[in-house]
Amino acid sequence: MYTIEVNNRHIQTKDGETILNACNRAGIKVPTLCHIEGLFPTGACRMCVVEVEGMDGLVPSCAWPVKEGMKVNTFSPKALKARKTIIELLLADHPDDCLYCVRNGDCELQGLAEELGVRQRRYSGKKSQYDIDSSSSAIFRDPAKCILCGKCVRVCEEIQGVSSIDFIERGCKTEIGTAFREGLNVSSCVNCGQCVIVCPTGALREKSNLKVVIDAINDPEKIVIAQHAPSISVTLGEEFGIKPGRDVVGIMTSALRKLGFDRVFDTSFSADLTILEEGSELVHRIKNGGVLPMMTSCSPGWIKFVEEFYPEYIPNLSSCKSPQNMLGAVIKSYYAEKENLDKKKIFNVGIMPCSAKKFEAERPEMNVDGLRDIDAVLTTRELARLIKMYGMSLHDMEPEIADNPFAERSSAGKLFGATGGVMEAAVRTAYYLLTGKELEGPKIKDLRGLDGLKVVYLQIGDLKIGVAAASGLGNAKKLLKEIKNGRNDIHFIEVMTCPGGCINGGGQPQAVNIDDVKARMKALYTIDRDAEIRTSHGNKYIQKLYKDYLGEPLSEKSHKILHTHYKKRDVLL
Amino acid sequence: MSKIVESVLSNYPNASRDSLIPILQDVQELDGFLSKDSVEAIGKYLRLPTSKIYGVATFYNQFRFSPVGQYHIEICRGTACHVKGSLPVLEEFQRQLNINPGETSKDGIFSLEVVACIGACGLAPAITINGEVYANVDIDDIKKIVKSYRRKVSENA
Ligand code: SF4
Ligand code: SF4
Ligand code: SF4
Ligand code: FES
Repeated sequence: MYTIEVNNRHIQTKDGETILNACNRAGIKVPTLCHIEGLFPTGACRMCVVEVEGMDGLVPSCAWPVKEGMKVNTFSPKALKARKTIIELLLADHPDDCLYCVRNGDCELQGLAEELGVRQRRYSGKKSQYDIDSSSSAIFRDPAKCILCGKCVRVCEEIQGVSSIDFIERGCKTEIGTAFREGLNVSSCVNCGQCVIVCPTGALREKSNLKVVIDAINDPEKIVIAQHAPSISVTLGEEFGIKPGRDVVGIMTSALRKLGFDRVFDTSFSADLTILEEGSELVHRIKNGGVLPMMTSCSPGWIKFVEEFYPEYIPNLSSCKSPQNMLGAVIKSYYAEKENLDKKKIFNVGIMPCSAKKFEAERPEMNVDGLRDIDAVLTTRELARLIKMYGMSLHDMEPEIADNPFAERSSAGKLFGATGGVMEAAVRTAYYLLTGKELEGPKIKDLRGLDGLKVVYLQIGDLKIGVAAASGLGNAKKLLKEIKNGRNDIHFIEVMTCPGGCINGGGQPQAVNIDDVKARMKALYTIDRDAEIRTSHGNKYIQKLYKDYLGEPLSEKSHKILHTHYKKRDVLL
Repeated sequence: MSKIVESVLSNYPNASRDSLIPILQDVQELDGFLSKDSVEAIGKYLRLPTSKIYGVATFYNQFRFSPVGQYHIEICRGTACHVKGSLPVLEEFQRQLNINPGETSKDGIFSLEVVACIGACGLAPAITINGEVYANVDIDDIKKIVKSYRRKVSENA
């Protein structure tokens, strides 16, 4: 442990950590543009420069280790001037589009220009021309707003193991692009949106579905139904200045009604449904010598990843649709019939933490009797924009509860929002299915927390099974490699595409740090701790749905409505 | 995998990423350009994503990603030619053919490439079309030159 001095203040640092880390822990803010927590520094942007006593030039704090007795000044005139110049140079080849930009108000580049007092255009030159890529159903790219910080490239490669984008060309023509400049839609991109989450500017955003949703709401013919994914209620508040980790489910429901949605349902209900189908599928595979390890199918980025990179594991994927699509399908079958609604007039909107859900909704397999399960998907960010557009805020609303019969959920369904949560919910129910008894103390500690790969062995009756939860596709890749090499002690694998799971999904509020993600996670655990019904099979409305309509898990009807299939995809890897 | 890529890769047993550029050069030498299939095969062999290979390849001017046209036009951008106005010449070709350097026209007739000094400084600005040198190119002549080649194509058709 070293003691260093930052801005005349003594701070304790850990061995080998960077100046930036030490400052962050001490609450001293140093601006960055290319730094990604937990990844090796590249030193590309030089925004984080600080002055160190005894050193000639400025040093990039994100890449500089601390040393005993080091004296650092984070806002010396030299450091401030350097930062300002960097911003001025970046702005020289940047469109003056703030007023029209999706990041207006929370853009890191704009924020730094403001903080550093950039008031005049000091450098001007010809602006580069780039093509927008709007080909993807999930991600929208506007390279003109790119400052080449490289974060998207690194996340896509180092965290996700996908590498669909990289720096291409050279010099002033450098940009971020796919191999052969193909549209993202035909590239290996799995639509996870992790690149969007880290992008400091408006160069990357989700493909907006706001217009179609607003049009649907204003169409008197349409019955517009919102469903919100398990993680939305613990992140939406952040867009309205509420501190991370507060559950706003009641006021969100109220806001959705005020926006004009005809029904508001909770996707956690169909997460419970997924558990019954998927749990039964697992038991069936184990008892009948089916393909193992079984792998979860609720994360659409992961599904596309398998279809592209590991088609040989397609038979391992559960045939269950995701909770979003299960609920969409149940609404357009059971619910419509029960309520005497014209199925064709139903417009299902998923409020999701995820950009890949937009892609999932458009998959042609995702339908019942030719009607799409889901008609449009809004991310958490888009929902916040819609609420703001309608002049509302979350601060002055009374909480309301969602509509029946899809309001009731177990807290197991809610756990779907965090890595390990699907597995925890599944184990609770599998235990019951296999032994007829309830798991004592339903919390499974070793499946909790932000670790990218968790493995747990369980004794269920006379069966010993191994289960794993991976988040971040890079971690899933590691596990798949082990399995390829013969690892066979794991029977069931949960994969969530985004690191940490949906609470850190590509559609969630941007510019967060790891503590925010932890707070979101804790919120889900608290909901589970305090819940009355903590198992999916304990959800009375699920029992009723089976009794009234589906029969039993894996029934013919279930298969028709709730299950699907996948196909190998040929893309440039 | 194409025969060409296969034979090139067989010259690089146990290759690592360091061999990427020589491999790309060899494939282009034999195939005339880097196709998607070639890049994919090279990527598999070196365990590199295609986006990375494309990124590296576009960093250098020497690689092209479409086969050369029936008539391959090389514009010299060496110092002497630059001084004598090779940039407007290049731009005029781009306008006439509607393609950028490194590309091939949709009908496959023309391809355009920028090259470093071809050693014809006395004739600047100089270009070559399928190896035939055109000296002191005037931008007003370019339309005519392009037309004459188009005529050749339609006469042969
Ligand atoms: S990316 Fe940021 S700086 Fe650029 S136009 Fe958008 S808001 Fe303004
Ligand atoms: S959405 Fe995911 S897979 Fe696609 S480019 Fe971004 S990080 Fe890569
Ligand atoms: S697209 Fe965004 S994250 Fe990627 S390099 Fe550009 S500014 Fe950085
Ligand atoms: S944040 Fe340190 S160089 Fe970019």
